[in-house]
Amino acid sequence: MAEATQTGAAAGGGLDLSEIGKDLAITALLGAALFGSTIAFKTETATGGLSLVLRFESAFFVIAAVVVGRLILLLTVWRRPTGGDRTFVPQALQLRYADFLAKTGKAFVPIVLLFAVVFPFLPFTDRYLLDLGILILTYVMLGWGLNIVVGLAGLLDLGYVAFYAVGAYSYALLAQYFGLSFWICLPLAGILAAFWGIILGFPVLRLRGDYLAIVTLAFGEIIRIVLLNWYNFTGGPDGISGIPRPSFFGIPFKRGEGGFADFFGLDYSSIHRIIFLYFLILILALITNFVTIRLRRLPIGRAWEALREDEIACRSLGLNTTSIKLTAFATGAMFAGFAGSFFATRQGFISPESFTFIESALILAIVVLGGMGSQIGVVIASVAMIGGFEIFREAEQYRMLIFGLAMVMIMIWRPRGLIATREPSIFLKEKKAVSADMVAQGEGH
Amino acid sequence: MADKKAPLLTVEHLTMRFGGLLAVNDLSMTAYRGDITALIGPNGAGKTTVFNCLTGFYKPTEGRITMHRNDGEDFLLERMDDFRITKNARFARTFQNIRLFGGMTVLENLMIAQHNPLMRASKQTIGGIFGIASFKRAEKEAIERAEYWLEHINLTQRADDAAADLPYGDQRKLEIARAMCTGPELLCLDEPAAGLNPAESEELNKLLLFVRAECDTGILLIEHDMNVVMGISDHIIVLDYGVKIADGTAEEVRSDPKVIAAYLGVEDEEVDAVGHEIEETAAEVRQ
Ligand SMILES: Nc1ncnc2c1ncn2[C@@H]1O[C@H](COP(=O)(O)OP(=O)(O)O)[C@@H](O)[C@H]1O
Ligand SMILES: [Mg+2]
Repeated sequence: MAEATQTGAAAGGGLDLSEIGKDLAITALLGAALFGSTIAFKTETATGGLSLVLRFESAFFVIAAVVVGRLILLLTVWRRPTGGDRTFVPQALQLRYADFLAKTGKAFVPIVLLFAVVFPFLPFTDRYLLDLGILILTYVMLGWGLNIVVGLAGLLDLGYVAFYAVGAYSYALLAQYFGLSFWICLPLAGILAAFWGIILGFPVLRLRGDYLAIVTLAFGEIIRIVLLNWYNFTGGPDGISGIPRPSFFGIPFKRGEGGFADFFGLDYSSIHRIIFLYFLILILALITNFVTIRLRRLPIGRAWEALREDEIACRSLGLNTTSIKLTAFATGAMFAGFAGSFFATRQGFISPESFTFIESALILAIVVLGGMGSQIGVVIASVAMIGGFEIFREAEQYRMLIFGLAMVMIMIWRPRGLIATREPSIFLKEKKAVSADMVAQGEGH
Repeated sequence: MADKKAPLLTVEHLTMRFGGLLAVNDLSMTAYRGDITALIGPNGAGKTTVFNCLTGFYKPTEGRITMHRNDGEDFLLERMDDFRITKNARFARTFQNIRLFGGMTVLENLMIAQHNPLMRASKQTIGGIFGIASFKRAEKEAIERAEYWLEHINLTQRADDAAADLPYGDQRKLEIARAMCTGPELLCLDEPAAGLNPAESEELNKLLLFVRAECDTGILLIEHDMNVVMGISDHIIVLDYGVKIADGTAEEVRSDPKVIAAYLGVEDEEVDAVGHEIEETAAEVRQ
């Protein structure tokens, strides 16, 4: 039957009209049920109560659009022969794309790095673009941190933002209560976040797959709610303001005598501090990247990836999987802690509102979109996502819609993310990338 | 090499119950140092279950399992975590369904097996990050050991390919090489010949004989096809319905009437008759 439809389709005739008709009727019914109530009837506040506005025409057009859309899909995309790869892009094109990426990838990295370094000094770079650059780099750093947990160790962590919050609040509170400077708090924030990673990880990491995802999600929320309700200590929903700004290794960014501009004989400009913040996050992000790349080639990093591939085999080889998971969790948390304290010093003000689940979801989306485990993929995804958000700032209401649509399209086009090949951590004679379909994705994906 | 007939692994009164099902019933056996010991029995006899108890993947309902290491230390395996059994008691295993790290290269698979010594050499990663000399040396040695095994399983050419890319027979051999890279004193293989063609099977036997001869490693071999193990085993234990029905050399086992009834020389037309016999034997033993 299915075969007959396919051959018929190739000849351009012999469509199974009754099947299509049935499908469209169901679509229309579903559409009517959904939009009939939501679009056709609208309540409006009028004097003396609510009045009902009937909009049957709009509802009709929406339903018609759905039906026509489905018809087009039925006639084109969904008529592809079943079996084979599930994506809509032909295999050959995908292979060529992977080849292209592998070839350009090597040249691409130094260019991106060079651009990132000179970016603040380019003629068109203004305050707005610099702020955007800082934002993107923050997400690159967070993405790289989460990549250790999700991409390498294969543990689905939906509460990553909790450690970002721990880092931010560590700095804010240490500065508020003890007057410690940013440069002392930065490592402390990382250590505290890693410590929390271990404390939360201990009970959680016994769980597998979806359970792990749900519990990490809950922990993320718990931390946020504690911050929200512990009013005496954290300021609750009011947040913490007046967080000290970073100094240039002791030289403050201020006007006049003893300030940064004065010290270096420059004219004072508020942009100096922004440029400094830009380089600060650039260096922090690069440290994250460097450490991750380094760890991947060490036994611990290899063990993380082995854990993602097969936990039982790991145990049979004498690997203590609990401690390996904990180190992945703690290392990822530590980088989130660094990023958090950077966030606090940059904003000067933090509140629990900055650490909602949507942040975790955004960071996870960056990792998944970039291709799990790929470092450069995270950069591309961060630029695309955060930059994309900014580009569509005008189309405020549709921003999320466009974002969602783009995500769906990309996941259809490249289900394993933009950069899906895996680079081996060690080689004997020749480094060959491992193609995505062989690499396991770990638990809960 | 140590005394040939010193016990390496002793199992006493091992019992494993899954709810109402008695998968292993009061099994006692010994594997000797420098021997290839085979545990055979028809499908469903409880061989894999015995393995999983020995390697800590199941906690046995009853029984005592002792590993006697070459240095004289004894380990009570039934009390240990599964990964410690490999790490400290030097007892490595493979799986009936191959469990390689498919997305990692052949060489990486062999490196992960050497995780524990490498971790120690890298001073729990801290030294490794700064590239201390002792870690570099240890890593070089680990690669050399991996190359040594790659040569013995004829996979040197494919060292940098993904493990999932290998043909089935090579995957089996790689899994054995990976287990050997943990430096075991006892190697347990769960149906390593399953799914291999005769040529691959022959190669496998050579590999096992090599391990026995060169590595001072005892081998415990699970197999349901008796003919595979007859040629290479020093000592055979036959399991049927979770009960040990025979224990001895290949010759002794081959001529044991219970084993024949359970297993061997059953012509097609006799299957029904033998089936009855098996049930009777099993019932007898259970009583
Ligand atoms: N985890 C388990 N839970 C319940 N029953 C099991 C489990 N593992 C094995 N069994 C049962 O124990 C018996 C022995 O199985 P197994 O050890 O796999 O046999 P063999 O490896 O000899 O073919 C079978 O009846 C099997 O169904
Ligand atoms: Mg079995």
